[in-house]
Amino acid sequence: MLELKSVSKRFGGIVATDDVTLDVRRGEVHALIGPNGAGKTTLIGQISGNLGSDRGAIVFEGTDITHAAQHERVRAGLARSYQITSLFKRFTVLDNLALAVQARSGSSFSFWRPASAEALLFDEARAIAGEIGLAGRETAVAMTLAHGEQRALEVGLALATHPRLVLLDEPMAGMGPEESESMIALLGRIRARITVLLVEHDMDAVFRLADRISVLVSGRVIASGAPAAIRAHPEVRKAYLGEDANA
Amino acid sequence: MSGILILEQTLNGLQFGLMLFLLAAGLTLVFGIMDMINLAHGSLYMLGAFLAATLVQATGSFAAGVLLAIPATAILGMLLEVSVLRTLYSRDHLSQVLATFALILIFNEAVRIVWGPDMPLPMPAALSGPVQLLPGMYYPAYRLLIIGVGAVVAALLYLLVARTRIGMLVRAGASNREMALAMGVNIPWLFTLLFGVGAGLCAVAGALLGPLLAVQVGMGENILILAFVVIVIGGIGSIRGALVGSLLVGIVDTIGRAFLPILFGLFFQPRVASAAGPAIASVLVYLLMAVVLYFKPQGLFPARG
Amino acid sequence: MRRAAPWVVLALALAFPLAMQAEHQTYYLSFASRIFVYALAATSLNLILGYGGMISFGHAAFVGTGAYVSSILLSEGVASAWIGWPAAIAASALAALAIGAVSLRTRGAYFIMITLAFAQMMFFLVNSMKAYGGDEGLSLRERASVGLGLDLGSDVAFYYTALAALAAGLYGLHRLAHSRFGRVIQAIRENEERAEAIGFPVYRHKLACFVIAGAAGGLAGALLASHGKYVNPNVLHWTHSGTLMVMVILGGVARLWGGVIGAAALLGLEDLIANHRVEWLAAMLPNYQQHASLGVGTVLLAIVLFAPQGIAGMFARRKHA
Repeated sequence: MLELKSVSKRFGGIVATDDVTLDVRRGEVHALIGPNGAGKTTLIGQISGNLGSDRGAIVFEGTDITHAAQHERVRAGLARSYQITSLFKRFTVLDNLALAVQARSGSSFSFWRPASAEALLFDEARAIAGEIGLAGRETAVAMTLAHGEQRALEVGLALATHPRLVLLDEPMAGMGPEESESMIALLGRIRARITVLLVEHDMDAVFRLADRISVLVSGRVIASGAPAAIRAHPEVRKAYLGEDANA
Repeated sequence: MSGILILEQTLNGLQFGLMLFLLAAGLTLVFGIMDMINLAHGSLYMLGAFLAATLVQATGSFAAGVLLAIPATAILGMLLEVSVLRTLYSRDHLSQVLATFALILIFNEAVRIVWGPDMPLPMPAALSGPVQLLPGMYYPAYRLLIIGVGAVVAALLYLLVARTRIGMLVRAGASNREMALAMGVNIPWLFTLLFGVGAGLCAVAGALLGPLLAVQVGMGENILILAFVVIVIGGIGSIRGALVGSLLVGIVDTIGRAFLPILFGLFFQPRVASAAGPAIASVLVYLLMAVVLYFKPQGLFPARG
Repeated sequence: MRRAAPWVVLALALAFPLAMQAEHQTYYLSFASRIFVYALAATSLNLILGYGGMISFGHAAFVGTGAYVSSILLSEGVASAWIGWPAAIAASALAALAIGAVSLRTRGAYFIMITLAFAQMMFFLVNSMKAYGGDEGLSLRERASVGLGLDLGSDVAFYYTALAALAAGLYGLHRLAHSRFGRVIQAIRENEERAEAIGFPVYRHKLACFVIAGAAGGLAGALLASHGKYVNPNVLHWTHSGTLMVMVILGGVARLWGGVIGAAALLGLEDLIANHRVEWLAAMLPNYQQHASLGVGTVLLAIVLFAPQGIAGMFARRKHA
């Protein structure tokens, strides 16, 4: 479904991603792990269109999207969530989600009719709020949500765009055990209909959810395959799992 | 079009460009490091000119007046920074724009109240004659002085920024402010000092250009816009960009104004040429800016990678 | 109470000329008309600045383009406002499209300075148009004519025309702010990167917003030129852009009435200083009335430092906890 071929990016003298080649199959949960600074967020940025690539190709569902603008990729079904929460902070939960729904349903060059009259937008937004565990919190302003709720909304925004493939950048960042369980349950629910590329530090979650795992170290993929194989891979153990991997 | 005329205009462009650089350098550093838009920079240039004019009258000596005006303006600049501008660093750009715009209004009127709408700043008699540069080519001595001073200051600034510890701190701050802070650089006094240096540079430019351009209220605004164009072209936070940008703007503007009407006259009818020529010449630098931005939206040498 | 407020204001505005039977009628009607026109200009800026979060320091370019296009047409004998004003709107929209297309590719400080520079470019261009007055400006013999049995030369008629334009502009902004487009624009202001990340073509929306605001500014410019029967390049000067921004921040950024309140407050303040002598101030500084900008600057600085929400913000009910 998604193919990365020799994707690279440098920032001045620093090589962030280096000749990354990997693929994500339809329907799988593919985890991307690696130490801090390995280039995972940069790679997500390149796939989603936030960042340009210096070299390489990104192919999504057969179409080369290497030079496509971010909003075009989203329209094609490729969405992302952010490691550092990026919401519409002064909007309510419902308005946040309704925006994402609005983006994929019809033109937003409508200048006269009040958007609040569009019941469909808000019904869908409510449904998504329920799915991510924020039922009853729809009218809360995003800024006032607890951290775990904000992370849920963070993922919810990406889901509201009806992606076929979603890139989740450390959705469980900063979460306690209960909140992490909720997030894992959410991911378990969505995996049936959405392919997931998951960047995570929480190894428990990774090994519970992932069909395949790729390991990124210093911008390069050093291993890619089934969880059991990765667990046993000598280079991975040395570079990553050997360290104290608690987030 | 004689070669001498071209050379003369190029020198004029160089002279103007170097003075622009003095303003642009201070402005781009404040911008790059403090991430602050300071519209009142032109007011410091104006203050420098008025102070120089006053001190020249008081001391009877051009050199003394100009040299005294520099620290005077620097001190005023630092006072301004510590009192008002400091509170703006953490604010959003809109607030900075509006607050410094308010300062322009205040400074313009304050100067008008204290000094009146303008002041005379005559060229020093010793330098008001021409100097022979080449056989058959004479160039005003005063303008040569400006070029000389501008070049020396540019060189000193380069040494300061590229070779000293303070300069290193400044460059570190320009390329990554948070990192510099995290590494223990004591930012507040560095900012104040930087501001003082910027104000001093403005004073040099204001005092030196005074005899040529007239010392009057509102003189800061026109040159401020050009300084902005320079920074946009050169890249925010970059001294090198400011220098390249200033020279580019100075030369393009001067040569454009001098030769474009003539050029137009060669191709178009006189009526069209005499209207279009000066019009296009006056906006040449803005067109230059637009072209640069089209290819490099962050300027030629942006400080942040 | 809040819902009734706009209607009350409208009723007062409609009744105002009828109340002005005293000998100062002409002056105050003219002054009020000027406020309406500036309110429209400030409101158009509020759209991109307040609602859109785009700090454009070059809005005077669009107001000025409208003013000049309509003036040039008038001076060439095209008296009808039905041609002149739409032409002004179209010209300003075009200018906004051109300037916006280049400027909106930049961000932050660059954007502010570029809009400033482009506006100044327009100023210099217009300044060099000797055929239409150059730096001395262009005087018009008459105001534009709207037909319909109305003579805009009459201050009362012009007052109602300006009021109508302002009311239309405010209503348009109200609808726009609540429309799909308005939501996107405000979302872009809130978090531009995320707006793109959920699928909105941000650049296109910003550009459209810029053009709409430019067009409205152009109408304000056309009205301004007719009002004073005079236009000069200063209407395009960047300090004029600054004045418009001051009105917006004074009145309240992103609030529907921000432009109106700001224009009324600033123009009112200037009028007050110029025409109503305060003796104890005069004792300290004899000709203080010629230094009105000092007062305006101080007030502005105070507002930015201490009351950033503007006047409307101080009175708004807090919507969020």
